[in-house]
Order: sequence, then structure tokens, then C-alpha cells
Amino acid sequence: MFESFDYSTLQHYWFAIDALLAAFLVFLLFVQGGQMLIYKIGKTEMEQSMIVNTIGRKWELTFTVLVTFGGAFFASFPLFYSTSFGGAYWVWMIILFSFILQAVSYEFRSKPNNFLGKKTYDTFLFINGLIATLFLGTAVATFFTGSPFHLNGMNHSFWDNSYRGLGLALNFTRYDTYINLSLGLAVFFLSRVLANMYFLNSIDDNNIGKRARISMMKNAIPFVFFFLFFLINVLLIKGYALNPTTKVISLESFKYWHNLVDMPIVFILLVLGVLMVLMSIARVYFKFDKCKERGIWLGGIGTILVVFSLVLMAGFNDTAFYPSYTNLQSSLTIYNSSSSEYTLVAMSYVSIMIPFVLAYVWYVWKSINNKKIDADEMNGGTHAY
Amino acid sequence: MEHFDLSLIDWSRAQFALTALYHWLFVPLTLGITFFLAITETIYVKTGKPEWKKITKFWMTLFGINFAIGVATGIILEFQFGTNWSNYSWFVGDIFGAPLAIEGIMAFFMESVFIAIMFFGWDKVSKGFHLTATWLTAIGSNLSALWILVANGWMQNPVGMVFNPEKARMEMHDFWAVLFNPNAINKFLHVIYSSYILAAIFVVGISAWYLLRKRDIVVAKKSILVASIFGLIFSILTITTGDESARQVAKSQPMKLAAMEGLYYGSTHAPLVAIGVMNGKPTMGEKPSTDFNMNLKFEIPNLLSILAFHQSDAFVPGVHDLVHGNKEQGIISYQEKIDRGNIARKVLVDYKAAKDIGDKETTKALLAKFNDKDWIANYFRYFGYSYFKDPHDIIPDISTTFYSFHLMVLAGGYILLVFIILLFLVYKNQLENRKWILWFTILAMPLAYLAQESGWIVAEMGRQPWVIQDLMPTMAAVSNINTASVQITFGLFFIVFAALLIAEIKIMITQIKLGPNKGGN
Repeated sequence: MFESFDYSTLQHYWFAIDALLAAFLVFLLFVQGGQMLIYKIGKTEMEQSMIVNTIGRKWELTFTVLVTFGGAFFASFPLFYSTSFGGAYWVWMIILFSFILQAVSYEFRSKPNNFLGKKTYDTFLFINGLIATLFLGTAVATFFTGSPFHLNGMNHSFWDNSYRGLGLALNFTRYDTYINLSLGLAVFFLSRVLANMYFLNSIDDNNIGKRARISMMKNAIPFVFFFLFFLINVLLIKGYALNPTTKVISLESFKYWHNLVDMPIVFILLVLGVLMVLMSIARVYFKFDKCKERGIWLGGIGTILVVFSLVLMAGFNDTAFYPSYTNLQSSLTIYNSSSSEYTLVAMSYVSIMIPFVLAYVWYVWKSINNKKIDADEMNGGTHAY
Repeated sequence: MEHFDLSLIDWSRAQFALTALYHWLFVPLTLGITFFLAITETIYVKTGKPEWKKITKFWMTLFGINFAIGVATGIILEFQFGTNWSNYSWFVGDIFGAPLAIEGIMAFFMESVFIAIMFFGWDKVSKGFHLTATWLTAIGSNLSALWILVANGWMQNPVGMVFNPEKARMEMHDFWAVLFNPNAINKFLHVIYSSYILAAIFVVGISAWYLLRKRDIVVAKKSILVASIFGLIFSILTITTGDESARQVAKSQPMKLAAMEGLYYGSTHAPLVAIGVMNGKPTMGEKPSTDFNMNLKFEIPNLLSILAFHQSDAFVPGVHDLVHGNKEQGIISYQEKIDRGNIARKVLVDYKAAKDIGDKETTKALLAKFNDKDWIANYFRYFGYSYFKDPHDIIPDISTTFYSFHLMVLAGGYILLVFIILLFLVYKNQLENRKWILWFTILAMPLAYLAQESGWIVAEMGRQPWVIQDLMPTMAAVSNINTASVQITFGLFFIVFAALLIAEIKIMITQIKLGPNKGGN
């Protein structure tokens, strides 16, 4: 079946799968958002415990999507993997460290004799929440603004400054830094918006509900601000365009806006996604009693659509999805950074399993969430964090 | 010739070794105990006896503590291929990436999704669904081992690929050859079987402690019964897969075999060194001398020849034969391989140059070489040797490989004996009275961990200086970063790992002391 696809179709197909994984990852960062709100929303130990256990039953899912995102990108676009991970060393290492801390904290935090104490593990959860959202968001923005690297004839990559990726967020003399940070901050606030919606969906507690509603709105306002700042800027900046015949990369004014116009489906998905997120915020806040439980679905699907269409906008329509601003011709496109046709075909057969995976993820999610978390469950004999 | 920063290579290796060995402290227990839990829960569902549920839930609590830290350290290994070994990631990403992605899609989701049911679903789903989830968690975690070991097996015995001179990388040519690579399959079986042993030892060791303290007798005895049978079966299977491993190493990595056995001069009727103390430490880079022999050794005649080739008169090459060649046995010297590797490299360089200046005829002629099977088999397969000048640089650290291998085998033998005695005493119903065997069982716990770590040291140190056998040396695989960055991350990993290990051990011991009746869920 997949053998009949041409190389370019396979490259587009795999970039779309990677984009979908990125989209699910950003949605599932509500776990990280929740990790920053344990003490903000939970005022008593019981409330905190309910919050931790609510997001704690999903942390492995976020983690697994991150790992699979890495593996899928490695398999489909290995040159991106080697260039970005080897280049922006410190960015990725800091993200990884935060995930190590996260993974143990749930299991260890309330166990007796746990060496570092509950507060420390909760702080680890906070750190992971902060870093994962801010750094991953900022890193995705570089798909549009570019990074400083070049490749040699053997396709070995070299990073062109010594900040190892940290410069992309800290070099305030470049305007692009503000664009990068705005997406980081947008993801940061969005994760907290979604976390509050998830609390409203899954915890049966009035006090938590009241605080989550207010906290959602407080985070929604800066989210909208930073997201619009990012989106407007990206649509106005020069983008990295690939000439399909000469394979030469050049800067094109309004490239990403052109991409939306050239790909109306992506445009529609983006607009639809943005509207869904905004609507979910408005409905949860203004029609609280009726809509509080459904906000996470509307907002979640909206988030997935927005991220999916943004990533497609960065890589489809002859655009370099991992551009180099120091050496234009080293920029990575889906054509020059992908795996061989054979590998993409083999991997495409594996991708047939993805709907099955989504189906059982959904089924298990439903059976775990069929009853809201409440104080009784925390006091009962079930496994608790 | 490229310039290599030796300290960068050493620190990158140290970091990978630290993270991999640390990760492996937790994985074998996860691989094995999930199946143990599936078995005890099956007994619970079949018999309906609540003590089996208690047994399952108790070991599940200990598993949960262990699982989290295994997951936490696994993510670093995956991303480290990119962060610290980016040239490697590019050179073989076309082949190596696929199993990693499949691992994510097929295995990690299964494991991480159903584990939630396992821990939180007792009162939320039916008994049957819960049991299915426990089995799927076990299968999921073992499937993830399959794919990562397919990737590792390929590094030890690269198959199913062709070189693409245009992109300067290896490309997959036959997915099934990569998947059914005999090294990968056997490695997978050896790893999971030995992991089941570790899990069994973990269970019997803790249960033995309960028996010594005369507490939780029912849980302990039932656990010992199930775990000993489980452990004994897989001890035998581990021996058979280990035997097969030796044969594969003899075929695809003869230098590793020579190092494992400390064999300097090869011979027919080669004896197996059962126990030995090395005299001097010839390491990579140094020239081994003739006093590279054992001070003390206990040998079994002919056994190495039999193990490696199933024939007592088979010739097993030693370090000397491999480095200097052995015409009688048809072994090419390393110098000759270096020369052939350089010829292959020159063709690649000339091809690139011709292409750059647009010399179509030369480009075509040189490109044809990469499709010439004879040239690939006689020249290009030694491409990796072109990175070396001195043949002595292509020798692994022999004493580390030798001692690790022997430690693994001896610990494995001890553990096998423990299972046999335990089952015999369970059968005679005399287990509680024999304190000595309970103590020996507890002693087997650290030995099982030691055997696991040693096994990986043999596999990974024994193949140095190769990251991909004969094709890519470790030094050519590293990312182009400054050493200081790697030193700092190494230090951070060390501190974080140490703190988490202390926490994990303290929590684990506390839960064991609390026991099945009072422990957390």
C-alpha cells in the first residue's frame, strides 16, 4: 500500500504524524500546568492530594507522548534529531532533567521515609511544570524563527554559538527572541488554563471548582495576549522558503501567511482551533454550571488543532521547518532531513497501529475517569500519590 | 583525517555509561515482576482467594516505586543519542530510529496506559479487565525491551542496510533482516530471561527475610513457591541463550570473545577459563605483551572451542591473531583492514569531490563501486577501520571485559543453585527451619543486580572501540560540543541519580518493613 506513495508524499505524511504528536503533547501539558497549581488551587492537604492524584493518573501519558515524539522524529527526520538535540544541548538537557524529577515525584511524594520530603517532590513537580511548558513552547517557535547552526558535507551539524540553544530565549538583542519567548509563555499559560479545566472535569469538590474557575480566567488573559503576539509576528516575518527546483533556501516576506493562503485546510483548522480554545474559556467562565466539565474537551481539541496546523504551516508548502539563520542553505526541510524512502514506507506500516493506540488510550481514559475523584476515594484503599 | 577531542569522547562515554547502568538497575525488575504479578493475579482471579490479591498488591507497590525511576532514566537514554551522539544519530538514524519509534508507538503506550488500570482500576473496572491490563502491562514493557534490543543488536552485528554515499549515511534495505537479526533476537531473549531471574530473586529474597523474621509467613511462602519455579525455568533458559550468545559473538565479534576469555594466542581445542586472575592489564591503546597471561587460572579443556563453534577442534582466535592476522586460519590483520578502510574512504572523498566540480564521468564510475557487492564485502565493510592509525587502538579493555564476564557467569551459577535448593526445601516443607538457605537467598539479591550490570559491561565494553561494529568507531559518533558541557551534565546526573537512589532504597526498605498488611497501596 505505502509502496505506491511517492517519496514526497511519505515525507509529508510523516511530518504530519510528528505534528500530530506535537499537538497531543501540548494538549497533555495540562499535567505540567496542574503541577504548578497544586498549592494555588489546593489549600488543604486533602485538596492538594486530590489535585495531585487527578493529574498523577495522566503524567505517564504525557511522558510517553514526549518519548514517542522524540522516537518518531528520530525515525522520520534523523537530521533534525541530530542537529537540534546535539546543537541546542542545554535546552534539551534542562527539559530532560525536569522530566526525570517529575517521573519520580508522584510515586515518592507521599511515601513514608522518602528522604527529600513531600515539599521537595512537589517543588520538583512545579519545576517540571515551569520548564517543560516554557522551554518546549520556546523551542517550537524556533521552527519559524530559526537557530544558529551549519552542516558540513557529511551532514554533521555544528552549532554556531556557545549558548547551546539558551541564546534563543535569552539573547534580547534579537527581535526573534521575543517571538520565541511569546510562544513559550503562551504554552505556559495555556497549560494552566487546560489544567484548571481538567480539575473542573475530574474533581468533585466545590472549593477546588471555585478556585479553578477564577484561576482559569487569570491565566487565559495572558495566554491570549502572548499567543496573539506570537501569531501576528509569525505571519508578518520573513520565512524560510525552499525553491523546489533549485533547492535553494531564501527569505520570503510573509512566507507563513502565504502558507496559510496556499493551504486553506490548514488555515481553517487553525482558525477553528483558536475559536474552540477561546470558546471553551468563555463557556467555562460564563456558563460555569452547565459547561465546567466539558471545557477540557473543547479546549483540548482546539489546542490540538492549533498546534497541528502551526507545525504544518512551518514545514509544508516548501518551507524549511528547522531553519538556520546563520547559514541559510543548511536549513532543514522535510526533503533534505528525512529518512530513506524504504524506512518511511516501513514506518508507515507501523503507523497503521496509531488509531488502535488512540482507541485504547481513549477507552482506558474513560474507565479511569468514569467517576470523579473525591475525598472518599483518597481515604479509601486505592493506590494514591 | 578528522580531529577527535579525546576528553570529549571519554566524558560522553562516561555519561552514557552512567545513565545506562543506572537505568538498568531498575529495568530488569520491571520486566520480570510484571509477569510475576500477572501470574499471581491470574491465580487470584481463578481461585478467588483474597490472599493472592494481597500478594499481588504488595509486590505491585514495590514495583511502582521501582517503575517510576526506570521510566525517568529511560527518557535520557533515548534523547542522549541526539544530544551527545548526534553524528551517530545521523549516520545510522535511518535504521536505528525506526525501532525506537516503533517502541514508542507499540510498547510504551501499552505499558503506560494499562499500568494506570493496574494501579487505580481495582474498584473501577471488572476483575477480568484488570487482569488483562496487568498482562498487557507486562507484555508492553517486554515489547519495549524487544525494540531497543533490536537497535542494540544491530550495532553489534549490522545487517540489512546499504550505504548511501550521497547522504553519507547507512540506510535500511531490509527491515526483516534488522528485526530478525540473530544477535538481536538472542540478545532480547537473554536479557528478558535474565531479568525474570532478577525479579524472582527480588521476590524470594524479600520473602526469605520475612521468614527469618517469622512474619507474613503465608505471603512469603506462596511468593517463594511461584517465584522459585519462575526463576528456575528462566535460569535454564538464560543459560541456553547465553550459550547461543557466545556462538554469535565468536562469529561477529571475535575480539570481544577473546577479551571475555582473556585469550591472547588463539588455538584449536581452546580451553575455557572458569576462574582466573589476570597478570598485567593490557588496555586499549597499550601494546599487549606476551606476559598477558593468567597468574591463576582454572581451565576446562576444549570447552571454549565447543562453546564458540560446537567443535572441540575448532580454532578460536585470540587477541594476537586478530590484531596481527593469521594466514593459516584466513584471518586478516587489523593493519590490512585499516588499509582497506582507507581505500574505501578515499573513494567516498573522491566521489564527493567529483560531484562538487560536476565531473559526471568520475562520479558515475565511483558511484558504481558502492553497488559492487565484492567491493563492499572486501573494502567498504572495513570503512570504520580508516579512523585508526595503530592496530593496537582497536582492542577493548580486556581485563574489564574478562572480569565482568566471569562475574556474571559465577553469579548466575550461584543463583541457579539457590532456586534448586529453595524448591527442594519447599517440596520437603522444610524451608522455614533452614536459616542458612534463607541467608544465601538474601545474598543472591545484590549478586543478581551485579550480574545484570556486568552483562551489559561485557556487551558494551567488549565491543569497543566500535559503536557500530567495524563501521563506526565510538570517537566518530559524538556530538560537536564542548567537553565542559558534558562534564557539567555528567555531574548533574550523578547528583540527581545519587539522591534518587537513596530515596528509592529508603522508600523500598520502609515498604518492605511495613509489609503486605500495613504497606501503602
